[in-house]
Amino acid sequence: MSQTVTKKLMLFFPRCECEKPIIYHLVKDYNLVVNVFRAKVTPEEEGYLVLDVTGIEEDIERAMAFLRTFNVSINYSGKGVTRDENICTHCGLCITHCPTGALRIDDKTTREVIYSEADCIECMACIRVCPFGALASAF
Amino acid sequence: MKTYEQINDRIESGKAVVLTADEIIDYVDKKGLAAAAKEVDVVTTATFGPMCSSGCFLNFGHSKPKIRMSEAWVEDVLVYTGIAAVDVFLGATQLRHGDPANMYHPGEFRYGGGHVIEDLVAGRKLQLFALSYGTDCYPLREIRTYFTINDLNQAIMVNPRNCYQNYNVGINDSDRPIYTYMGTLEPERKNANYCSAGQLSPLLNDPYYDVIGVGTKVWMAGAQGHVYAEGTQHAGACERTPGGVPKGGAGTLALTCDMKKMRPDFVRGVTFRGYGVSLALGIGVPIPVLNEDVLKRTCVRDRDIMAPVIDYSHDYPQNNGKVICSVNYEQLRSGQIKVEGKKVAVGSLSSYYKALEIANLLADEIRRGDFRLAEPITPLPKDTKMKPLVTRKKPS
Repeated sequence: MSQTVTKKLMLFFPRCECEKPIIYHLVKDYNLVVNVFRAKVTPEEEGYLVLDVTGIEEDIERAMAFLRTFNVSINYSGKGVTRDENICTHCGLCITHCPTGALRIDDKTTREVIYSEADCIECMACIRVCPFGALASAF
Repeated sequence: MKTYEQINDRIESGKAVVLTADEIIDYVDKKGLAAAAKEVDVVTTATFGPMCSSGCFLNFGHSKPKIRMSEAWVEDVLVYTGIAAVDVFLGATQLRHGDPANMYHPGEFRYGGGHVIEDLVAGRKLQLFALSYGTDCYPLREIRTYFTINDLNQAIMVNPRNCYQNYNVGINDSDRPIYTYMGTLEPERKNANYCSAGQLSPLLNDPYYDVIGVGTKVWMAGAQGHVYAEGTQHAGACERTPGGVPKGGAGTLALTCDMKKMRPDFVRGVTFRGYGVSLALGIGVPIPVLNEDVLKRTCVRDRDIMAPVIDYSHDYPQNNGKVICSVNYEQLRSGQIKVEGKKVAVGSLSSYYKALEIANLLADEIRRGDFRLAEPITPLPKDTKMKPLVTRKKPS
């Protein structure tokens, strides 16, 4: 029995692929559980999608191969919200605005603010409150 | 007992024993006060956070033909020109020309004086636009040119108020979000923000201004600057804990340094949504261990430092002086405080991470013999209080 895993992905759909029901097939044909955090279709009819897919490793791999048959680009690190490490000063103003603890202080001695992308649900609250503009949305 | 001369001699010979205000606490616990006071020469303190009362004087040199700038903008940010022909003052909180401010509340305030200062220190190319009414000696009426900090004759940071000794904890008692210089505060006391380096902060390690005074040399984002006056709103005669630690704002420092020697990672433009722009600065202050008393005060701990929790939706703007409660910095740093029985999540505007980095950088510079201490020429006042602005009727 294969282990169930969850992967966070960011997908980019070029104009020609935007109207196809691709995610539907991930569920129907590859038995994946999808959890969409954020989706956007631009005025140029390009699409962005950040989601978790949960399923057995083989199914996820087959699903990715299926995605690649379209012109969809797959970013496996799932970075819809990014932090510029050169800009962040680790002040900690974002922490209380982050609902999932993706932004948090683990080391009480250095008080470094860490950003765990895997825990981010892309609510984008941090982008609005960061005084230094360290956080940004990919779309 | 040590003198400044003795400490500076030891710094010069590369033998000075230097610890950060963070390290000194356990060190004194272990060694005892008397032994530690003999052994340790300097304790380094530091802070990194928004300091609105900051700015700089710039001298552009003269164009051909010459201009006496009567209005001027750097990157569309207005600078003060009511001084000599090509001298200007650039303030940290000045908005960019055309910024809609809070017209569409909460405003974004993406760029302003603090960001221009950051760009200057980072060596970026900036636009100067200036107008003049024209005179016989300064005929040019308008100039637009591009420059970096290296093109300027002088770029001197002159900050009327930095390093607040202690500060408020901001909270929101109302039922709507508020946008303040203490950050975004959610309704119904959902979060609270503080702004101090606590046990690492300069004036909290010298609560009675025994060693920090006018003339004290300080580390300003890597440049060697000094205290040029008491800071604006300096109010030493405040309420204190039995240990002497002020329970609120209290002392401040006016600081100056050569901006050309500053490091860009410690000079950063700041945006507060719905409030405005500012400048975050990294400052380190060395404390000479002249005697046991001085050393004892540098052993102050986060749990001994109290900060007042103040409502920024009503009490702060109405200036009614109300304090909801007091909490200590150990509680604040735990990420949660209790305010009248309710648990409140805590964020910080001041970066302890950066302050620690600065305290260590300064300690290294002193150990290497690159940073000598300066004895103050005038102490900071201990007996002044902060006066309000009274609104009076026109005298008849």
